[in-house]
Amino acid sequence: MMTTTFAQNKNAKASIEVDGVCLMCKSRIEKGAIKTKGVKSAVWNIETHQLSLIYDERKTNIKAIEANVAAVGHDTKDVKATDEAYNSVHDCCKYRDETIQADHKKPKGGGGN
Amino acid sequence: MKNILYILFLLPTLMLSQEVLKGVVMETQDTNNELPVLDANVVWLETTIGTTTDFDGNFTIPYKKEYKKLIISYIGFTTDTIEINEPNFLRHVLRPKGDLDEVLVKTRRKASATSYIEAQNVIKISSAELLKAACCNLSESFETNPSIDVNFADAVTGTRQIRMLGLKSPYILITTENIPSVRGAAQTYGLSFIPGTWVESIQVTKGAGSVTNGFESIAGQINAELQKPLTDHKLFVNAYGSVNGRLELNTHLNTKVTDKWSTGLYLHGNLRDQKFDKNDDSFLDIPLMQQINVMNRWQYTDGEKGWVSFINFRFLNDEKQTGQVDFNPDTDKFTTNAWGSEIDTRRYEVSAKLGYVNPDIPYQTAGLQVSYSDHDQESYFGFNQYNIKHRSIYANAIYNSIIGDSRNKVKTGLSFTYDDYEELVNADTFARKENSLGAFFEYTFDNLDDVNLTAGVRVDNHNRLGAFITPRLHIRYTPWEKSALRFSAGRGKRSANIFTENQQLFSTSRTVNLVNSGGEIYGLNPEIAWNYGFSYLQGFTIFGRKGDVTLDYYRTDFQNQVVVDWENPDEISFYNLEGDSYAQNFQAELNFNVADRWDVRLAYKYYDVQTQYRSGKLEKPLVPNHRIFANTSYETQKSENGAQWKFDTTFNWLGEQRFSSTSTNDVAFQLPENSPTLGTLNAQITKVFSDNFEVYLGGENITNVRQDNPILGAEDPFGSNFDTTFVYGPIFGSMYYAGLRFNLN
Repeated sequence: MMTTTFAQNKNAKASIEVDGVCLMCKSRIEKGAIKTKGVKSAVWNIETHQLSLIYDERKTNIKAIEANVAAVGHDTKDVKATDEAYNSVHDCCKYRDETIQADHKKPKGGGGN
Repeated sequence: MKNILYILFLLPTLMLSQEVLKGVVMETQDTNNELPVLDANVVWLETTIGTTTDFDGNFTIPYKKEYKKLIISYIGFTTDTIEINEPNFLRHVLRPKGDLDEVLVKTRRKASATSYIEAQNVIKISSAELLKAACCNLSESFETNPSIDVNFADAVTGTRQIRMLGLKSPYILITTENIPSVRGAAQTYGLSFIPGTWVESIQVTKGAGSVTNGFESIAGQINAELQKPLTDHKLFVNAYGSVNGRLELNTHLNTKVTDKWSTGLYLHGNLRDQKFDKNDDSFLDIPLMQQINVMNRWQYTDGEKGWVSFINFRFLNDEKQTGQVDFNPDTDKFTTNAWGSEIDTRRYEVSAKLGYVNPDIPYQTAGLQVSYSDHDQESYFGFNQYNIKHRSIYANAIYNSIIGDSRNKVKTGLSFTYDDYEELVNADTFARKENSLGAFFEYTFDNLDDVNLTAGVRVDNHNRLGAFITPRLHIRYTPWEKSALRFSAGRGKRSANIFTENQQLFSTSRTVNLVNSGGEIYGLNPEIAWNYGFSYLQGFTIFGRKGDVTLDYYRTDFQNQVVVDWENPDEISFYNLEGDSYAQNFQAELNFNVADRWDVRLAYKYYDVQTQYRSGKLEKPLVPNHRIFANTSYETQKSENGAQWKFDTTFNWLGEQRFSSTSTNDVAFQLPENSPTLGTLNAQITKVFSDNFEVYLGGENITNVRQDNPILGAEDPFGSNFDTTFVYGPIFGSMYYAGLRFNLN
C-alpha cells in the first residue's frame, strides 16, 4: 500500500477524478480512456466522478490517459479540456454549466417508486 | 434494510509509519456479507485533504495530529464522521440510507426486456415477470412471454411442451445456471421438475447461442438462474390450490452458516388426487400425480480473495397415474379391464460450480462446473412398457480474460460429457453410451459504441457424433439511437433420443417403425442444423411514454434430422432425413407503457415448419402457421410498506394446426385436415399486503375453450384406432386457482 513502486507494474491501478454528469459522459470518458494504448480497463463512476483504471505502466501513464480524457472534452484534476473539446460534447453533457449539473440531480423517471 | 447493523471498530494494528492513516471501507447491502466500497470519499473535516478508496475499499490519507475528524461518504449511504485520536488502521462499514430519508432516483424496470447492447438476442425474464402467472414449474413460466410457445398438454400425461422458433424443446438447450439440465431422459417431463419458486430469473437466447455450453443448441438457449441462499429470503412459503385438484407447497429456508458459507433448503411438494372427466370420454382429463422435489444449495463467497462457489444436491420423486377413470393399477395393470398408465420418475443430481475473480485484475476470471445426474423413469401405457435410465456427467472449465484492453474479451475452456442410456421399449432393450471431449474459444469485441460481436468456435470429439466443429457468430450494430440490429448464425449437432422425446407414441395403438440405416444412434444419424437470424429492435417515446418494437426473422435448416413421421395412423416411423427440413419464424412484437405502471405487449408470430416425409413434403403436425399474443399488466402505486394490487391478462390465439394424416382410417376415425382456430384467455390478480405477504387469484382459459374429442378411439382403447396425440387445444376447460406467498428476512 506504500506509494513506492519497485518495478513497473503491467496491471497498475489508479483512480482519477474526471468531471461529467450523465451516462453519455460515462461512455465518452471510458471510451476516451480505453483508447489510450496500455489501458486495460476504465470504469467511470457517475456519482463519485472517479475513473478507475487498470493500465500497463510500461506503455502509458496517468498523464497520457488524462490527456486523452480531456481530448474528448472532460476535465480531469490535472488536465482541463480545451474549450474546443468541451464544446464538442452533447449539450446535455455540459458539465461546467451549473443549471445542467442541477438538472442531473433531479430524480428521474415516473412510475413506481 | 432495517436490520443492517452499524458496525464500527478500530483494529489495534500497529503502524510503523505515523504520517498516514490507512483503512478500509466496507458496506453491507441487503445481505450480511461485507463488500469493499470502491470510490468512497474519505476527507478530513474542514480541510481539503481527501482521497478515495480503491478496488478493495482501501485508502491511505495523510495524517497530522491536528486532524481529528474523518468524513467517509458514498452516494446512497449515510455519511459518517469518525473521531480519530491515533492513526491506527481503520475499518469502517457504511450503512445504507434508510428508506424514508433516501432520495430515490429510480425508474421502474420492465419485468422482461431485450437488451439494446448485447450481441446475442437475449430476452431477460425477471422474477417480477415470473409472478405474473402463478407458474407452478418452469414449463409454465413462459406463458406471459411471446418468444416461447407453450403447447397444450397431450391427452394422457398432461405435460406441456415448449417450442421456440417453431422447434420442440429437444432443439433448445435448457440449462440451470448454465449447466445443461433438461436433456436426455429428462427431455419430456424435465421442465415440470423445476418448481417455479426456485427460479430467480430466466434468460432466453434466440438463435445459435454461445459455444461455451456445448454443441447441442439449435433453436436457442434457455437458462434458469435459481434462487441463491445469500440473496433469497430467510424463509419463503408458497401455497397453491386449484379447482382441478392440484395442491402445491413450496418452502425455502436459507441461512448463513459462517461469514463465507450460506445454505438453503428448497422443498417442493405437489399433489393431485381428484379424478376429473369433464368431457365424458371415460379418460381422466388430467393425470393424478404427486411429486416431492428437494434441493439443498451451499454457497461460498469470499469477496476479498475472489472465490465464489455453489454446491447443489437434488432429489426428485414424481409419480403420475392416468388413463381411464376406472383404472386401478393394482388390479388392472396389463389387463384389458381398463386402459391406464403410470409414470414413475426418480432423479438424483449433484452439481458444483467454482468461480474465481482475480481481485487485482477483475477482468480475469475462471470457472469450473461439474454435475452428475441419475435419472430413472419406469412407465407403462396400456400394454406398452417404457423404461429409461440415464446417467450423465458434465464438466466445463472456462477462463475469461482480455486481449489488450476490455474492448476485446476472450473466453476459452474445455468440456467433457458422458451419457449412459438404458431403455426398455416393450420387449426390446436399447442401450448406448456417449462421451465427448471438447475445447472452445469465444472472442467478444465491443467498441463501446455501436458495434459488438461475439464469435465462437468449438471442437469436439464425440464417440458417436465424431469429431466436428461448431462455429457460432453474433453481431449487434446500432445504426441510430435506441435501436439494435442483430445477426446470428451457428451450427448445432445432437443425437436424438427418439423414444423419450416422443413418448406420447406409447399412448397409441401405433407400431414403432425404426428405419435402421446403420447410423451410430440406434441405427440413425446425428441431427445437424444451421440456424440464421436477423433481429431489429427499436425503442421509441410517444406522448412521453416509452415503448419498443422488435422484428425477428429466424431460419433453421436441417442437414440431417431424425424425421418423426406420424403420417400413417397405424405406425410411427423414425428415419434419417432425405430432402429438406426447415423452420422459418417471423415475429413482430410491440411493448408499450400506456400509462404509469400499465404495460401492454402484443406479438404476431408466423411459422413455416416443413419436412420431407416419405409421403411428401409436409408441414409439421400441430404447429399453427399464425399465432397472436397479447398481454397487459397494471399495478397500483406501491404504498410505503410495499402494499399494492397487480393485474395481469394474457390472450393467445392460434391459427389452424395440421393433423397428421388419418386418411387410411375408417371414416369414423378420420380427422379433418386441420384443427379449428382457438383463443384462450388467462388472468391473474395479486394483492400485495406488504413486502412479506401477498395472495393471488387467477384463472386459466377463462372462456372455457375445449377440444371436444381429444382421444381418437377412446371408446375402445385396446382397438386399432386408439390415439391420444391429436391434441391441439385445452382438454380441461377453464381452471381457477389461488395461492399465497409469505416471506421473512
